[in-house]
Amino acid sequence: MRNPIRRPFRNKLRNRLKAADEPNLTPDALAALRRAGFSRRSFLKTTGALIVTFSVAGIYETAEGQENFAGGVAGSPPLNEVDSWIAIAADGNVTAYTGKCELGQGIATAQAQLVAEELSVPLSRVHLIYCDTSMTPDQGVTSGSQSHPANFNRNNLAQAGATARQTLLQLASKQLGVPVDQLAAKDGVISATSDPSKKVSYAQLIGGKKFDLKLDSNAKRKSPSEWTVLGKPVPRPDLPALVTGEFEFVHNVRVPGMLHGVVVRPPAVGATLVSVDESSVQGMPGLVKVVVKKNFVGVVAEKRWQAMQAANKLKATWTPGAGLPSHADFYDYLRNQKPTRDTLFVNSKDVEQKLTEAATVVKATYHHPYQMHGSMGSSCAVADVQGGKATIWSPTQGVWHQRGSSAILLGLKPEDVHIIFVRGSGCYGINGADTVTFDAALLSQAVGKPVRVQLSRKDEMAWENYGFAFVMDEHAGLDAQGNIIAWDHEAWSPVLGNRPGYGTPGNVITGMLAGFQPDPFRPRSPAPEPTVFNNNGNLVPSYVAGQVGGMPYGTGTIKSERAIIHNIPSPFWTGPLRSPQRLQNTFAHESFMDELAARVKADPVEFRLRHLSDYRVSDVVKAAAKTANWDPRPSPKPRQSKTGVVSGRGIACVAYERDNGFSAMVAEVEVNQDTGKVSVKHVVLANDSGPISNPDGLRNQIEGGTLQGMSRALMEEVTWDDQKVTSFDWRTYHTLPLGFDVPKIEAVLVNRTDVPATGAGETAITVVAAAIGNAIFDATGARIRQVPFTPERVKAALSEVS
Amino acid sequence: MTQSGIRHTFDYMSAITLKVNGRTHTLDVDPTTPLLYVLADDLELRGAKFGCGLGQCGACTVIVKGQSIRSCITPVETVDGAEITTLEGLGTIQKPHPIQKAFIEEGAAQCGFCLNGIIMTAKAFLDKKPKATEAEIQQAMSGVLCRCFTHVRMLRAIKKAGQEMAR
Repeated sequence: MRNPIRRPFRNKLRNRLKAADEPNLTPDALAALRRAGFSRRSFLKTTGALIVTFSVAGIYETAEGQENFAGGVAGSPPLNEVDSWIAIAADGNVTAYTGKCELGQGIATAQAQLVAEELSVPLSRVHLIYCDTSMTPDQGVTSGSQSHPANFNRNNLAQAGATARQTLLQLASKQLGVPVDQLAAKDGVISATSDPSKKVSYAQLIGGKKFDLKLDSNAKRKSPSEWTVLGKPVPRPDLPALVTGEFEFVHNVRVPGMLHGVVVRPPAVGATLVSVDESSVQGMPGLVKVVVKKNFVGVVAEKRWQAMQAANKLKATWTPGAGLPSHADFYDYLRNQKPTRDTLFVNSKDVEQKLTEAATVVKATYHHPYQMHGSMGSSCAVADVQGGKATIWSPTQGVWHQRGSSAILLGLKPEDVHIIFVRGSGCYGINGADTVTFDAALLSQAVGKPVRVQLSRKDEMAWENYGFAFVMDEHAGLDAQGNIIAWDHEAWSPVLGNRPGYGTPGNVITGMLAGFQPDPFRPRSPAPEPTVFNNNGNLVPSYVAGQVGGMPYGTGTIKSERAIIHNIPSPFWTGPLRSPQRLQNTFAHESFMDELAARVKADPVEFRLRHLSDYRVSDVVKAAAKTANWDPRPSPKPRQSKTGVVSGRGIACVAYERDNGFSAMVAEVEVNQDTGKVSVKHVVLANDSGPISNPDGLRNQIEGGTLQGMSRALMEEVTWDDQKVTSFDWRTYHTLPLGFDVPKIEAVLVNRTDVPATGAGETAITVVAAAIGNAIFDATGARIRQVPFTPERVKAALSEVS
Repeated sequence: MTQSGIRHTFDYMSAITLKVNGRTHTLDVDPTTPLLYVLADDLELRGAKFGCGLGQCGACTVIVKGQSIRSCITPVETVDGAEITTLEGLGTIQKPHPIQKAFIEEGAAQCGFCLNGIIMTAKAFLDKKPKATEAEIQQAMSGVLCRCFTHVRMLRAIKKAGQEMAR
């Protein structure tokens, strides 16, 4: 099929632009802008939308629901205006603008399908433009399984499409003299159902003109039963360019006059700059400038290799590091830090009492390390900062956030900073994208020319915002019949920094080096009682009632419940890594649920279902078990050999953030008891994310999430010595390579068309570690409570059994 | 350091002849420059990518004399005059190589950053052994990374391409 998305349809418009369209940009920036696309203003000029004052507002009532659509930072196209999302050109082609970008997760394809569906136009006529502060609405960050909730339900892009279609039908009705209910829209043409010769095209109705309309929450969405484009396995349009090397990543952005920058990070965590000896690099070929701003150090040269050599040779003197807590004792360190910031998520206040009444009490502690995004390509950005204005090509997940924080970093006005998203290497959360954008911006500002920065592997991995380390205590009581009557979950986790947002450049390493502070740590203990139910970190187990203010919001039956987290300052930068907190807490909950089932000799599937009250979690558990031909019996598997290779199966499930996707996984593993090596042979993953936009894209996310989860469960752990991170390349931070023994993965897609769309990118990965750990237990009787499940840890757990 | 200062450094450079995808380029570059930077910056080719700069991940892979090599750790002077094939040299969108075609058909990508390393490593291997078993393919791909973990589809695509290439 043809490519439905030509972001930002550069081929079509590259030659139409004139320098006069963007008087504020430098010639270099303008040339590069032409390469990357053009401004919104330029586009509208080419379609005439800014010139023609045509309004359909007079014939179309938009009475209700408009307030729901307001939002976005100052300068953003307003979220409650159809024109912020949809433009129909004079030739009838549709351009859609969105704040949710393609990171490799397939959301661009799904959004193009959505627009084609709601507008009844062929997919090939939809052009999607995403994440450019000159053109697209501010939708925050593309993250957190929020793209479907934001744009596919009754708001934003979806509702803009529905509003536009309804408006077009009303315009056609007026023009053709046919009532709306006797009209049908197909392929961008509206015709009378009784007389197809009575017809008018979208181009004739509104081509090149603005809608000048608010989004209407009453505009009727197409129901999934009507779908012809959504719900289909539409292939990704970027693949042909990707496999032939034509695709432009941010790493490939080349701006005329562009220089190359390399940053010089401190040698130890907490080290500060004493001095830089510029004479150490004097006369080096191509060197343009040594840049120092507080503790931020970098060099700029004409060529990349020159900059790398100069950075390597530059003599910088640093103080010793602040000293790091022992890696070996880190989990004890976390548990004992004071002060803490405590947050209660549920607290029925009777847990201690119920535990004393329980027939059986079970306790277990689980450990999860810091892990890293470890993007394949180290992060890269290109910035052109001169004359008080900045144009920045960035792989950031949030262009409007990046605009605000870059403006603060550079001392510019936000309106003078233009952020253009260009795809980077897959990020899985906040990798080095934001920090390298700051690097490029600072270096460009210092030399007054465009500068490209790509981090070294070490600078990427040693200083990124890691996924959170966790210590988790689980504590439950069971009655004489083997039912859980009380569940207590207490966690400790360190935090430092985050996404920079609109105004906190210090939340990543570059901003802090340049003199900005991260979000302050605010101790709070004891925690206030919860007033609203919030399970965004999946701190609350699926099996408890989740009561707040007397109402049950959870997915389980256990009424005696407490879930609390103690956050403490982290020695390393932290931030969202695919399924942040959700994955760690779910590893503990689902491993512990398995321990409870084993204690009362219950089948792990039946035991879960017995304590769940939400049909969507129960249904994915049942679906996974059925497809995996689950053999109902307690774990561990009876009559297993104590040596050699043994096999077992495990299950885990999650109600992601309570209501943002549901998944259950059955993993079948082999454990070599002599070596401790774990091989996952077969995985079944049942997933419910509401109505499925693109089943092939969903399967791709499930397969990738499953294997990434395996890599994290079996291999990945950030390490350090007393001064610095020691896992800074692919020899010291381990990941499953392409050529490992990949399990058979079966995705069971539960397609629910009567509920809102939810996220789908993080459901699978969340349950992997527990499913594998439970399968190891089933195979061997050994319980492994610390990620990653290295052969050494598996052997240690095995030795505890014997 | 001034711009004029830079001009005096050309004695540091030397003329290197690169034959890339059938085209010959003569370039004045520091001969110790890794091949990747010459391909990506001087020739503005997008296929080979900087992933680690250490030869560990495969993103920079190109084929020289039938062998897949890591261009990020290969000084350009060591391939002076040699025939170099990059991802762009395999096929085009209109006429993709069987491996590229198989990756498109299998939808074998997420972010796509690793694809160069995957496809070029597979190409060098399948050229020698198109009828490879799954175990042999896994062995051949054991030094290449994909952090989106598109492994299932990629291995399926490589196997499919091998069958096509063996015909």
